[in-house]
Amino acid sequence: MNPTPSQTVGPFYGYALPFPGGGDIALGGIAVHGYVYDGAGDPVPDALLEFWQADENGELRGAPGSLRRDPTNGAVLGRNGVVFTGFGRVGTDQDGHWALRTVRPGNGYISVCVFARGLLHHLYTRIYFGQDPFLDSVPAERRHTLLAEQERDGVYRFDIHLQGEKETVFLDFG
Amino acid sequence: MSEPLQQADIDREIAEYAGRPPTPSGHPARDYAPYRSTLLRHPKQPLIPVKDPEAAELTGPVFGATDVTPLDNDLTKQHLGEPIGERITVRGRVLDRSGRPVRGQLVEIWQANAAGRYLHQRDDHPAPLDPNFTGVGRCLTDDEGRYMFTTIKPGPYPWRNHRNAWRPAHIHFSLFGTAFTQRLVTQMYFPGDPLFPYDPILQSVTDERARQRLVAEYVHDLSEPEVSLGYQWDIVLDGPAATWMEEGR
Repeated sequence: MNPTPSQTVGPFYGYALPFPGGGDIALGGIAVHGYVYDGAGDPVPDALLEFWQADENGELRGAPGSLRRDPTNGAVLGRNGVVFTGFGRVGTDQDGHWALRTVRPGNGYISVCVFARGLLHHLYTRIYFGQDPFLDSVPAERRHTLLAEQERDGVYRFDIHLQGEKETVFLDFG
Repeated sequence: MSEPLQQADIDREIAEYAGRPPTPSGHPARDYAPYRSTLLRHPKQPLIPVKDPEAAELTGPVFGATDVTPLDNDLTKQHLGEPIGERITVRGRVLDRSGRPVRGQLVEIWQANAAGRYLHQRDDHPAPLDPNFTGVGRCLTDDEGRYMFTTIKPGPYPWRNHRNAWRPAHIHFSLFGTAFTQRLVTQMYFPGDPLFPYDPILQSVTDERARQRLVAEYVHDLSEPEVSLGYQWDIVLDGPAATWMEEGR
């Protein structure tokens, strides 16, 4: 069947899509953070990032409960802190910055989906923490854009450049 | 200072892009200049294909009964009073590109109120907020892939892409399939809106038939006497999923 076309997330998703604890996939593990930049090198304050990842053992089953709700008043309670749902969602702040607290995935990478005002169709990329056979299929001079840089123990930096000389490698799944 | 962009300038660009061959999928090209915010926000390098049958993206997040409450799909009942506006229901099915229903997955919507104002600090145009309308809803699809929302018809609103730019009335939709590759964020429009030809966001879908897939159908039998007007909008998710998921679910 013919797919329904994509349209931009626009500027006004902020009261609908982000949720409390959206960047806390799991506590006690690692933190990954960075900035989203446009083609002029300016930070993008209205991007929304989604993350999907395996647990520490590489298990990709996920689980419900990322957006857990309180049935008495409808409020978002968020994760219960025990179940690993594998899903995260974080909007960039006014500086274009985002942060994710999670565990290092057993299969080597975190999948990222990028939405933004001005982006008519979302983009996929991956955060790698070390060498991986897939990276060999990426042109050598752009490979580093998929690798998180360790800033200090347990804290990794991963910037996303939508365009320009430092443009991040984006992926096509067909 | 350069002259502000006029609608006629944008119309000319829209016509120019309309003459180019559409993308095979019908999705908008990310470099669509009539929507000015795309200029610095689209990649210029080709996307790198991933052919790995074990790719994590062939699976995806799951949601369940704990992620929604039963009232979440009625946007007219989220406050003490009733919202102003034309009451509508929007329903349809979420399918994958093979036509199979997407079951038990999360559908999220957000929209402006009847006056065309979003409950967002960056929307500061002079239309009233409605204390009885937030404009956010969510639900899970049922075993047939069906979803349903009760809401009010959103108003059109101005934006600053060019002088006198107005968005046609629309509801934002966010959808998950069984795989992260099937993720979709899009907008549903209402039939017969006179603003369609002027809107570079809708016109970024340059294929007329693909554009029609963003427009809901008014179905009289879905209207409820004395209560609401009924619209139907089916959604087809693009992107591959893991084979075992297709067999197992």
